[in-house]
Amino acid sequence: MKTKLKPISRKVSAKRAVATIAAQPVVPLKERRLTFGGKWDYAPAPEESRNYVITPRHELFINGKFVKPRSGKYFPSINPATEEKLTEIAAADEADVDKAVKAARRAYEKVWSKMPGRERGKYLYRIARIIQEKMRELAVLESMDGGKPIKETRDVDVPLVAAHFFYHAGWADKLKYAFPGRTPRPLGVAGQIIPWNFPLLMAAWKIAPAIACGNTVVIKPSKTTSITLLRLAQIFQEAELPEGVVNVVTGSSETGTAMVKHPDVNKIAFTGSTEIGKQLAQLCVGTGKKLTLELGGKAANIVFEDAPIDQAIEGIIAGIYFNMGHVCCAGSRLLVQEGIYPKVVRKLRDRIQTLRLGNPLDKNTDIGAINNKPQLEKIRELVQCGVAEGAELVQSSCTLPERGYWYPPTFLTGVTASHRVAQEEIFGPVLSVMTFRTPEEGFERANNTPYGLSAGVWTDKGSKIFKIVNQLRAGVVWANTYNKFDPTSPFGGYKESGFGREGGLQGLAAYCRLD
Amino acid sequence: MSTRLDVKKTYKLFIGGKFPRSESGRYLPAKSPAGGQLDNFAHASRKDFRDAVVAARAAVDGWSKATAYNRGQILYRAAEMLQNRATELVNEIARSTGVSAAKAKREVTLAIDRLVHFAGWTDKYSQIFSSVNPVATSHFNFTTPEPTGVVVVLAPDEPSLLALVSLTAPVILSGNAAIVISSEKFPLPAATFAEILATSDLPGGVVNILTGKRGELVPHIAGHMDVNAIVDGAGVPDISVKLQAGTAINLKRYAKHSPAPADWFTAKVEDPYWILDTVEFKTAWHPIGV
Repeated sequence: MKTKLKPISRKVSAKRAVATIAAQPVVPLKERRLTFGGKWDYAPAPEESRNYVITPRHELFINGKFVKPRSGKYFPSINPATEEKLTEIAAADEADVDKAVKAARRAYEKVWSKMPGRERGKYLYRIARIIQEKMRELAVLESMDGGKPIKETRDVDVPLVAAHFFYHAGWADKLKYAFPGRTPRPLGVAGQIIPWNFPLLMAAWKIAPAIACGNTVVIKPSKTTSITLLRLAQIFQEAELPEGVVNVVTGSSETGTAMVKHPDVNKIAFTGSTEIGKQLAQLCVGTGKKLTLELGGKAANIVFEDAPIDQAIEGIIAGIYFNMGHVCCAGSRLLVQEGIYPKVVRKLRDRIQTLRLGNPLDKNTDIGAINNKPQLEKIRELVQCGVAEGAELVQSSCTLPERGYWYPPTFLTGVTASHRVAQEEIFGPVLSVMTFRTPEEGFERANNTPYGLSAGVWTDKGSKIFKIVNQLRAGVVWANTYNKFDPTSPFGGYKESGFGREGGLQGLAAYCRLD
Repeated sequence: MSTRLDVKKTYKLFIGGKFPRSESGRYLPAKSPAGGQLDNFAHASRKDFRDAVVAARAAVDGWSKATAYNRGQILYRAAEMLQNRATELVNEIARSTGVSAAKAKREVTLAIDRLVHFAGWTDKYSQIFSSVNPVATSHFNFTTPEPTGVVVVLAPDEPSLLALVSLTAPVILSGNAAIVISSEKFPLPAATFAEILATSDLPGGVVNILTGKRGELVPHIAGHMDVNAIVDGAGVPDISVKLQAGTAINLKRYAKHSPAPADWFTAKVEDPYWILDTVEFKTAWHPIGV
């Protein structure tokens, strides 16, 4: 809709100018600031999804072939944005896991561990190139399967997936340079369990370094997001990756437990909640299995008075509303220095109102669907608890679609350190806002959690950045930026956010034993 | 010749730079290989262990912020002190274990050299293991190791001094504070070594040494919420399993080193990768722009 505003001549008195504008249907200033009148509506711009067919049934990927589960059981996989069933996925039991581990062991002993690194690397390069070719398709599938906005799957998840394979491909024949003075050897069969928040990206984080270092893999995706990993398995077939090098077993947590308990698995890599991470650690006790865990977080995003304020606001938004807050390193605790607290809250209030929530396949969408129903309930419960404990709720007034799982961008002010919303990982688009006075108080409050995955700091003063970066007990610290990822950059936590690193030079150690 | 009565030493614990007896009042006899009573030593309790964790936690902050140069000098100073009092430890090892003085001397001199070796790593390991990462966006991105915090080190029975030194040095050189559970069979050399550390400029609480019964302390080590990592050199499978259970409690880092007893006397254990068992890698990002 176009409305022509008459140009206001300088000669026109202010009073008349106001009258001219007032003649137009204008929303009162306070609301207009939030809604931009009708101008804020965007025409729908959905990404085309009809070209990509999701087969009605997905089998297990074992020894290079798609095979039926022994039990003959399948579970539905739904689109969280519509609650429509997309397909059904095979439920792997112990016998299927055993078959996959045996295939991985065979591939390890007969082919993969014997292959020169240079040749292994060429397979990874091939995989990276095929992923790049199918980027659009993978992004669409990822959005449909997990509810993630296409903007993110298209621009973040899938490009990073390709980049991870490409980066690790080059390591395959250079590993001896990664460990000065030692000879790295593969561990054997790696059992990997990945979560639903970045299904394909987590698969790449796990598979690429594992196979680059000469291991073979049995990997289990989350029950709600199996489709894209099985599509990746097809890519492995297309790349002619030797059979058994990567096997995919789909199913529930029992499938994962069977994998962790399997005596012929040498290495377990898990990304998920701290609670499950501890259970898996218990299962590995005394088995000699090498373990890396990338677990939960409750990251502090610290904003100082001398911060570049508008950049900081964008960073806060990216920190908590990226991927609906389904991010283990999300900046879910905002620590604002007292002097700028009112300003930051006002700007945040305005900014969340501009976030567009809706169809994940729409290219304008900022906030997609919550991945699954139990998660939606958990978010609701924790926010209610925050309000009950005395926090003030600020929520976007956006309309939520009738079907599907949705939660509006939200923040809570007046949160204190003892509130559950300041302690527990919400894993949703919910920010807890707190204040601090001195830098010491800032990093002390930031560190006051059992977690230690990530943190953010915003200030224009360089020496302050180095000081705070040093003081923060977190594996990844973003200074004047947030939620950036790269295959060359190691990722992983301190304290109860797990151990081991993924990505970069330091991430290789998780998949090698050193002689 | 008039007979002179020997002055006997009371062997005590080493916690927070002080030498307390066990709060439990318990002690154990150290026996020579022939079965003769040598001296009594303190039998550390759960409470002693917890006190040691408190002392170690208090020491981490200052020690980890000391410059690498300073930490290197202090570890070197420990080697100097050990050199100066080598005879004392040779005697302690010989009478405890029954080995010849020559063999005991070999262990002590190697322990000195090992301290010198690791002293040199304080300002080098981060250069070897850090990285600047070429990310594909306009950011400066680097990864550096930092000490994990409070670490429990379990020494094997033999070699009682050399293994303790070889396991503890790579833990503290990065800035961690350690609680060391000494050899159960031969605790006297460890207790005497504590007295040497106490005079080597090492801040109190950076190394705490407990003597007594390992098995008794193990569940408390595994369960303690303020312990960040365990370095298990005890070489006892049953203990290893119990310590690993600690990972499931608060995600303590667990590393096991059980070289063959003879290997403690070789350069194999001068391994900078052991330093990595008790560090965390931190990655920092900053945008590049004007």
